[in-house]
Amino acid sequence: MITELTSSERQYAAVILVVMAMVGVAMAALGRSDPFGVHGVIVLVYSVGLLFLVLSSFYAPEPRTDRQASYYDDPIKVGIALSMAWAVFGMFMGVWIAAQLAWPTLAFDAAWSTFGRLRPTHTTGVIFGFGGNALIATSFHVVQRTSRARLAGQISPWFVLLGFNLFCILAVTGYVMGVTQSKEYAEAEWYADLWLVVVWVTYFILYLRTLARRKEPHIYVANWYYMAFIVVVAILHIVNNLAVPVSIGHAKSYTIWAGVQDAMVQWWYGHNAVAFFLTSGFLGMMYYYLPKRAGRPIFSYRLSILSFWGITFFYMWAGSHHLHYTALPHWVQNLGMTFSVMLLVPSWASAGNALLTLNGAWHKVRDDATLRFMMVAAVFYGLSTFEGSFLAIRPVNSLSHYTDWTIGHVHAGALGWVAFITFGSLYTLVPALWKRDAMHSAALVEVHFWLALAGTLIYVFAMWNSGIIQGLMWRTYTEDGTLAYSFVDSLIAMYPYYIARAFGGLLFLLGALVACYNIWMTARATPLIAGSQLDLPDRRPATGTAPSPAE
Amino acid sequence: MPELFHRKIERTAIGFVLAIIAAASVGGLVEIAPLFTIHETVEEAPDMRLYTPLELAGRNIYEREGCYACHSQMIRTLRDDVERYGPYSLAVESKYDHPMLWGSKRTGPDLARIGGKYSDLWHVTHLMNPRDVVPESNMPSYRFLARTPLETADFGMQLAAMREVGVPYTDDMIANAARDALGQATPDSDFSAGVVERYGEKTQVSAFDGVATELTEMDALVAYLQVLGRLTDAAYKQTAASEKAPGSQQ
Repeated sequence: MITELTSSERQYAAVILVVMAMVGVAMAALGRSDPFGVHGVIVLVYSVGLLFLVLSSFYAPEPRTDRQASYYDDPIKVGIALSMAWAVFGMFMGVWIAAQLAWPTLAFDAAWSTFGRLRPTHTTGVIFGFGGNALIATSFHVVQRTSRARLAGQISPWFVLLGFNLFCILAVTGYVMGVTQSKEYAEAEWYADLWLVVVWVTYFILYLRTLARRKEPHIYVANWYYMAFIVVVAILHIVNNLAVPVSIGHAKSYTIWAGVQDAMVQWWYGHNAVAFFLTSGFLGMMYYYLPKRAGRPIFSYRLSILSFWGITFFYMWAGSHHLHYTALPHWVQNLGMTFSVMLLVPSWASAGNALLTLNGAWHKVRDDATLRFMMVAAVFYGLSTFEGSFLAIRPVNSLSHYTDWTIGHVHAGALGWVAFITFGSLYTLVPALWKRDAMHSAALVEVHFWLALAGTLIYVFAMWNSGIIQGLMWRTYTEDGTLAYSFVDSLIAMYPYYIARAFGGLLFLLGALVACYNIWMTARATPLIAGSQLDLPDRRPATGTAPSPAE
Repeated sequence: MPELFHRKIERTAIGFVLAIIAAASVGGLVEIAPLFTIHETVEEAPDMRLYTPLELAGRNIYEREGCYACHSQMIRTLRDDVERYGPYSLAVESKYDHPMLWGSKRTGPDLARIGGKYSDLWHVTHLMNPRDVVPESNMPSYRFLARTPLETADFGMQLAAMREVGVPYTDDMIANAARDALGQATPDSDFSAGVVERYGEKTQVSAFDGVATELTEMDALVAYLQVLGRLTDAAYKQTAASEKAPGSQQ
């Protein structure tokens, strides 16, 4: 991988890593015993480890001169490996904390292993670790193939990928040490947030520059979604994480937003992290890998346009449905509800577009578990967006809010949609990337599919049941007009469902382990196929517009 | 022809990005900006007091341990919420909360008005092992809080940072932050008079964890739990509820 870089690029990489290592030393010196200092040591070790890798091949021969004539796939391969590693970690943490809710003594007598500290390691591990790495890796693949151009950088793809993983590591190690902003899905503290801004701006510039090199006049629809994902996540991240640190040596900071305004900013962020991280980016995957695997063009270009702009515009209004019946002014709640219901139109446009693309390829869905992963993902996308619009209606929300129904809804989306489309995409991408005929074992893909589907259904049904029971028990009155159940009564009723949920999650984790093995064996064991040289960029000059200002 | 227009913007990456930014900005601007300009968004509450340094430290521990993942601090305007937990929450009650801790899930009950409902001893026993007082509970044990000394050295900086983001702590409060934390958990000491003087008559001075000689994280968390819902009486006045605020002298 290092040998693919020229010696001057190796020097650049080494300089960047030395600077990062120095930042790590400075953080350790400033932070001392504060977790900030521990994070300085982590930054130092991470940078020095990578520096060692670079230096180990520093004097290797120069790469071949025609590397511009091929796609840049090394960062994608590493991204897939990191994504799967985070998947196993994040899902394991999920199973563990699910089990803690059923058996609360399943923790050590130490601060780090309590539910409250481990819960964000699960959410960050799966959303940013698994999902984020999968998005970065697939976006690098999709933008090159649909533009028929090589990535516009040699070091920057590595910087984006490995820098993003450093952010994830700082976030997760922070939580177990008690470093958190307590903003859901934005728990990482101020310095990790600043670092992510640097990484994300690099990602944005790299993506734009690659698009500027495209040999196609039009930007393919998958790239619209990846671009929306990159741009809007940057806006959300910056606004929600504005904070004043206690000092330059403290991990702790105080957000500039307070009370009701903070609640609105947080859920504007939170809901659109769902929209632009967990929906937009993964729709980008779907719009490329699903038609590719099915061997059919996207059903409707017009539906794609309608759905894309509908999602981009409507979603940003919907966050306030997380705050129904709270101290947030009614007019904002009503706007949130209205737009959440309207959101169903562009959401179903995308789900329908995906399923109608499969017309004429349903026999492939039957035979090919990889395509079935993507088909089920589209179905779950349709189901969970319907459920989302439904739960955003105020009276429905009065029952569902604060209950496990929300958790069930989130996991219908996260497992059924996000993870399924990711696994389907990876099973399409991995053989292509390592230039193999197919995955190591089609049977194991089939096993994974059924484990994942069974796990998802058990999980979601358990949470639907527990959530609705919980909500109903809280609002049940006796004939005398008093509340019928104490809170503890409702908690006791939850235990069977918490056990079922942990079991469902365990099945899903087992499926991910099977996927890891299968991907590993595909990358390692199967022989090369002939004729793989056809997957090459177009060498003619770019037909896109003039180079962007980024250049 | 909208389709022709779209064919055009699909040809330029920069144009497409600008269009995304334009489309995505409207919702946030319309919903968030007015929350700062419309005066009625946050009610008036002249009696609203600030968190003492000890309570703020407890709040930071509440965040650090992720308590918000299972406990909300937001009583909704629903009959069963109000009857179970007390008068519905007002925006003003969290106006000094950076960040707010309204929560999104009730694996455990709402805590917006937990202050004063249970004794300090109950809270300590419950936090040491919740199943000792609520056998069916699935809450983790927080024994380590009682054996972790509270670091007070940087409390002045913590208050100063809060002032940076708009909470009206005075120079006097910042200068005495560490002393006030010790004073609030050490009744009848030289320091306890100071904290009451600076933060008001309603400040609860108590040996929260039962040990007055040493300041632990348990002291701070219990002090915070005991002040929840008691920074102002506004919610009780607003809803004209028949019940009195816990500990109110009216």
